[in-house]
Amino acid sequence: MTHATDPALPVSTENGSLLRQDARTRRRNAAETRFKLYGVIAISIGLLMLVTLVTTIVSNGSGAFRQSFVTLDVELLESKLDKTGDRDLEQIKKVSTFGYAPLINGAFETLAAEQGVETALSAKEMGEILSKDAAAQLRDYVLANPDRIGTTAEFTFLANSRVDGYMKGRVSRDSIQNDKNISVEQLDFVDQLVNLGLIEKKFNPAFILGADASDQRPEAAGFGVSMIGSLFMMLVVLVLSLPIGVAASIYLEEFAPKTWWTDVIEVNISNLAAVPSIVFGILGLAVFINTMHLPMSAPLVGGMVLTLMTLPTIIISTRAALKAVPPSIRDAALGIGASRMQSVFHHVLPLAAPGILTGTIIGLAQALGETAPLLLIGMVGFVASNAPDGIVAGLLDPNSAMPAQIYEWAKRADPAFYERAWGGIIILLVFLVAMNTIAVILRRRFERRW
Amino acid sequence: MSILKLTASTLAVASFCATTAAARDQVQVAGSSTVLPYASIVAEAFGENFDFPTPVVESGGSSAGLKRFCEGLGENTIDIANASRQIRDKEIQVCAENGVTDIIEVRIGYDGIVFASDINGNSFEFTPVQWYRAISRQVVVDGALVDNPYTMWNEVDPALPAQAIQTYVPGTKHGTREVFEEKVILAGCEESGDFEAYLAAAKGEDDKSRKGAAEKACIELRTDGKSVDIDGDYTETLARIDSNKDGIGVFGLAFYENNTDKLQVAAMSGVMPSTDSISSGEYPVSRPLFFYVKKAHIGVIPGLKEFAEFFVADEIAGPDGPLSEYGLVSDPELSDTQAIVADEKTLGGSS
Repeated sequence: MTHATDPALPVSTENGSLLRQDARTRRRNAAETRFKLYGVIAISIGLLMLVTLVTTIVSNGSGAFRQSFVTLDVELLESKLDKTGDRDLEQIKKVSTFGYAPLINGAFETLAAEQGVETALSAKEMGEILSKDAAAQLRDYVLANPDRIGTTAEFTFLANSRVDGYMKGRVSRDSIQNDKNISVEQLDFVDQLVNLGLIEKKFNPAFILGADASDQRPEAAGFGVSMIGSLFMMLVVLVLSLPIGVAASIYLEEFAPKTWWTDVIEVNISNLAAVPSIVFGILGLAVFINTMHLPMSAPLVGGMVLTLMTLPTIIISTRAALKAVPPSIRDAALGIGASRMQSVFHHVLPLAAPGILTGTIIGLAQALGETAPLLLIGMVGFVASNAPDGIVAGLLDPNSAMPAQIYEWAKRADPAFYERAWGGIIILLVFLVAMNTIAVILRRRFERRW
Repeated sequence: MSILKLTASTLAVASFCATTAAARDQVQVAGSSTVLPYASIVAEAFGENFDFPTPVVESGGSSAGLKRFCEGLGENTIDIANASRQIRDKEIQVCAENGVTDIIEVRIGYDGIVFASDINGNSFEFTPVQWYRAISRQVVVDGALVDNPYTMWNEVDPALPAQAIQTYVPGTKHGTREVFEEKVILAGCEESGDFEAYLAAAKGEDDKSRKGAAEKACIELRTDGKSVDIDGDYTETLARIDSNKDGIGVFGLAFYENNTDKLQVAAMSGVMPSTDSISSGEYPVSRPLFFYVKKAHIGVIPGLKEFAEFFVADEIAGPDGPLSEYGLVSDPELSDTQAIVADEKTLGGSS
C-alpha cells in the first residue's frame, strides 16, 4: 500500500475508506452481480429446456410400453381349420389368416351370449375391436399345436389401436365421429368388456422385443428388430473404426515425421469431423452399394457408413489421449533400451487406453443416434420385419436401426404410431445415457493425470 | 499385436461378407410413399401366410423408386417399384438401356386425393376453377393475364367463406403432385376459360408447342407463400395445418381417414370423397396406383411371383380386403390384373 503513504497524494478519508464503497466500485460490483445473474439465467434456461424435453418425451412415450389386451376363449373349429381331419400340416397351412378371422368373430358372439353383454353389433363388428395381428397369432398357435384343433383355448390378443387409444384417453366418443374404423357402439361394447375384466392395460414386452408392423396394426409394432439392426451396425463400427482409428493416430502421433504432408492430413481429419453426416450417406450409396455391390438396407453397409463418420472422432480423441502421456515415460522406456514400438505398445498405449476408450464410446453413441446417412442406403420403410437368425444374416439381411425406425413411425398416418415413436425415443435415450455414463466412469476410474 | 489381429480378422469378415452378398432370399420393394402403407400391409400378410420371409418395402417417392428399378438386373437391385403414376416412356428407355426390358405393370387400385382443413374451421365445397384461381401464379382479371391478386377465398368466389388463402400441396417429387396439377389446376384453368389467354400469350413454333407452353404456364403455382410445397409426407402437411388453422392441405384418402379427429374433408365439384364415390368415378380427383415387376427376377428371387399374385388376390385387393379397409379403392377390373400377373404379361408385349 505505497499509495496510501505517498505524501504527494492528498489523502482523503472520505473517499478512501475501505468500509464505504465509492460509485466506481459499486458499479464494478454491480456489473459482477449482473454477470452472475446472466449466468444463472443461462443455466436455468438450459435446465428448463432439458426438463421440458424429458417430461415431453416421457409423457408422450410412456404409453407405448403399456398396451390393451383382450382375453378371449376361441374354439378352434375343425371344420374351418382342418377340413380333411387328418392333421396334415401342409393342409392346415393352406388356411390363411383370413380364414381365422371368423373364428375370432364367433368367439366374441359366444362371449356376448354367455356373459349377457347387450350389444347391437354384428360378430364381425365385435371382432374389429381386436388387432389384425390376432388372426396371425391364432394361426401361429394352431400351426405349432395342430393337436389342439377342435378344442377351445384361451388367448390374450392385442386390442385394436383405436380401442387402445380409448383405454389410454387418446380417443374419445367425440373424436371418432367421422372415423370409419370404429363406432360408438364398439366403444360401448369395450366398456362392458372392461367391466367384465376381459380388457386390461398391461406392460407390453413385444414393444421392446418385437418386429415392426404394417400401417394397419400399429398396436403390434415393436422396436426389437431395429435394436438388433443397431447392435450389428455398432459392432461393425467398433470392429472397423477402433483398429483403424487407433493405428492411424499412433502412427501420426508417435512415428510420423512432422512434415507439411502430415500437417495436411491432420487438418483434413479435423475437417472431416465437421462434415455433415448425410454426405457420408451419399458416399456410402455411391461406393459401397453402387460400386462394391453390397446389399441395400444391410446393417453391414450402415455400419461401414457410420464408421466413416466415427473415425475422425476416434482419431482426434486418441491423439489427445496419446499426447497427454508425458514424454518422460517414452524417454525412460527408450533409455533402458526399448524400441520405439515397444515403448508405444508397452507403456504409452496402456496409459492412454482409458482416453481412447472414452473417445470410442462417445463416437459410438454419436453413430447410434445418426439417421441421415441411413435414409440413403435404404434403412427406412417397412424394413425391420424379420429378426435375423444368425450373425451373417444379421449383417446382410435388410434391417432398420433405432433412429431410422423412430423416423419411420413418426411419419405414418395412424396417430398410434406417433406414441410408439416417442416410446422408441425413450429406449434410444436410455442407450445413449448408458453409453455416456460408461464413458464417464471409465474416465473417472482409470484416467491418470500428470 | 492384438490390434493387427483385429484388423486382419476385420478384413477377413468384410471379404467374406462381400462374397456371400450374392444370395438374397427376400423380395425388395421401393418407391411411392402413397403405395408404401398398402405394400407393407401386403408384405406383412405375405410373411405370415407363406414360408417366404417378409418382403422389404422402402419408400422415397415414385420417381426415386423407378430410377432404382431401372438401374439394372441383379440381386442388389430392387425387384418391384411402387408408383402412384404410370411409368414414363423416358423411364422405360432408361430401363431398357440398363437391361431391364421385360416389365410387368400391375395396377392395384385407385387412390383418392382429398382436400382437408382443420376440423374446427370453415367447411368448404371446392371446384377445380376455385383452386386454379386461388393458387395459380397468374390469372385473368378483366381480360388481362396478371399476377395472382387474391388473398381471401371469398375474393376467388363469393360462395366460399372469408378465410385467408393458405394451401399446402405436395412437392414436385411426389406422384400426387402430377395428378393434382392435371386434374385440379389444369382442369380449372381450362374450365374457367383462362386457358385461351395463356394460349395467346404462349410462345412456340407450332400449335402443339404453344399448347404445351400454355399448359405449363397454367399449372405454375404462385410463389408468394400462399401456396406451400410440402416435400415431406402427409404428417408434415397435417402439422402445418395444426399450426395454421387457415391452412388447407392435399392428402391421400387413407391418410384423412386415419385422422378424422383433426381434419374435415371438402367436397370437390359437389362430391364428397369416399371409396364409393371414387370407385364409381364421380369424385374427380383420383388416380390409379401401380407396381412394376422385373420379369427377369421371377424364378431367381424366391417368392417374387407369389408376392405379386398375393398383392392382387381378391382377399387382399378386393372390395372387402385389408387394402380397401385401409383406404384403397379397389379396381373393378381386378380379375384382368390377376390374369396379367399370372401370365407374366409384360409392358407393350407378349407374355
